[in-house]
Amino acid sequence: MQCRKVVVKTLRPEDLSYKIFMPTTLPTPLALVAELTHRCPLHCVYCSNPLEMAKRESELPTHTWVRVFQEAAQAGVLQVDFTGGEPLARTDIVELVHAARVAGLYVSLITSGLPLDEAKLAALVEAGLDHFQLSFQGATEQTAREISNTTSHPQKLRVLQWLKKHRVGVTLNFVIHRQNIQELEEMILLVEEHQPGCVEFASVQYYGWALANREALLPTRRQLEFCVAKLKEAEERLKGKTRVVFVVPDYYAKFPKPCVGGWGRKLILISPNGSVLPCHAAGVIPGMQFENVKEKSLREIWESSPAFQKFRGEDWMQEPCKSCDRRHQDFGGCRCQAMLLAGDAAATDPVCSLAPTRSKVDAILTAVNQPKPAVLEEKPIYLYRPNPL
Amino acid sequence: MKPELTATPRLAPGVRLNDKSQLPRTLLMPERALRLNGPSLEIVQLCDGQHTVQQIAEKLHALYSKAEPQRITDDLLGYLALLHDQRAIDF
Repeated sequence: MQCRKVVVKTLRPEDLSYKIFMPTTLPTPLALVAELTHRCPLHCVYCSNPLEMAKRESELPTHTWVRVFQEAAQAGVLQVDFTGGEPLARTDIVELVHAARVAGLYVSLITSGLPLDEAKLAALVEAGLDHFQLSFQGATEQTAREISNTTSHPQKLRVLQWLKKHRVGVTLNFVIHRQNIQELEEMILLVEEHQPGCVEFASVQYYGWALANREALLPTRRQLEFCVAKLKEAEERLKGKTRVVFVVPDYYAKFPKPCVGGWGRKLILISPNGSVLPCHAAGVIPGMQFENVKEKSLREIWESSPAFQKFRGEDWMQEPCKSCDRRHQDFGGCRCQAMLLAGDAAATDPVCSLAPTRSKVDAILTAVNQPKPAVLEEKPIYLYRPNPL
Repeated sequence: MKPELTATPRLAPGVRLNDKSQLPRTLLMPERALRLNGPSLEIVQLCDGQHTVQQIAEKLHALYSKAEPQRITDDLLGYLALLHDQRAIDF
């Protein structure tokens, strides 16, 4: 059991030598996602940031983040992901990397690579950066620009060259969807040329801006099959050089993803203003109240904040999850997706083939897979993610 | 891919052990972490680019003298191949 439980037995004389209270078995947080800012030079149509973004003036100051890293390490967190927005938009990024590393955390930077030059990269590595994850919007400038509404691709190719001079973990992250799967082979070529330790082909997940643009982004079944076949070949070729990770578009899955490894079980996300969330989308669930690191310690929030308790463990589950053998594996899937698609955050994730609301997902897939008149296959109209003030 | 006995495995870029003061000892790598105990910790600590696979095997033979040496060597080669495929070590 992962949920916090105190079992009190009736006290009998023969029990006196035993423990009356069962030990509390709260899970240990392992990963901290630090959304340092929502500011970003890119305007990607699938951005996972909330529709209402944090303004610059509400961002946490350096010293609060430094305290949070120390508290996180003390609570058992092993790894911190610096993300955003664009984490490099913070002028104190080198200082933050150093502070997290000194606190004992493994530090990853998840970045577009845009506000970066060779000297800054060297300073980040010097400060203790362990892992550099570079995002790609496509394999060509044209596609990347269409998705991000910015010129960014040439800079990313420059960053790949600079990274060769440093001893740091490198992951390339290609976010894939209906509008760029046709470039998959060119993306794989780029990977073979640079041989990073890891490459992720991450299908868009439908929250935030991605949900608003779902109609243009959700791939067809044929595209998905093409993708799976190509990546299988690539994995074989790259074995021992680059680890290939494929994140499936879960609408096509039979069972849901074990979202964030289970609610309040492994992951903590801190938004730019200091709110502490169990996942990046949790704000879509009505009535959720998030505590802030400015007022409480991270451990206190992890252990007792109502937001983390809400779907921790299994007590909240409904059927079919409640009696399902897979509940320890996928934890009922994603609470936010249940909210967004089924209108009930405690329902089985609608992408699950056993969910009573699966028909909603099937209807979306049917619409996507219907042959369209050529005129509708032309340029989609996107809702681009703006920049917060 | 199994290493040659003359190879000198070392941790791949972006892979490191957590600090001695932090228990349990864990191998940290991009997006993942591997808890280490007993022989797995001893092996990873010797993946320093200095020791050959043969030398690591000999150290393990001494540490686990009751086990059959060939069996230990085979297990070591299998474990190093696994770490290599996970991109945790280079050799």
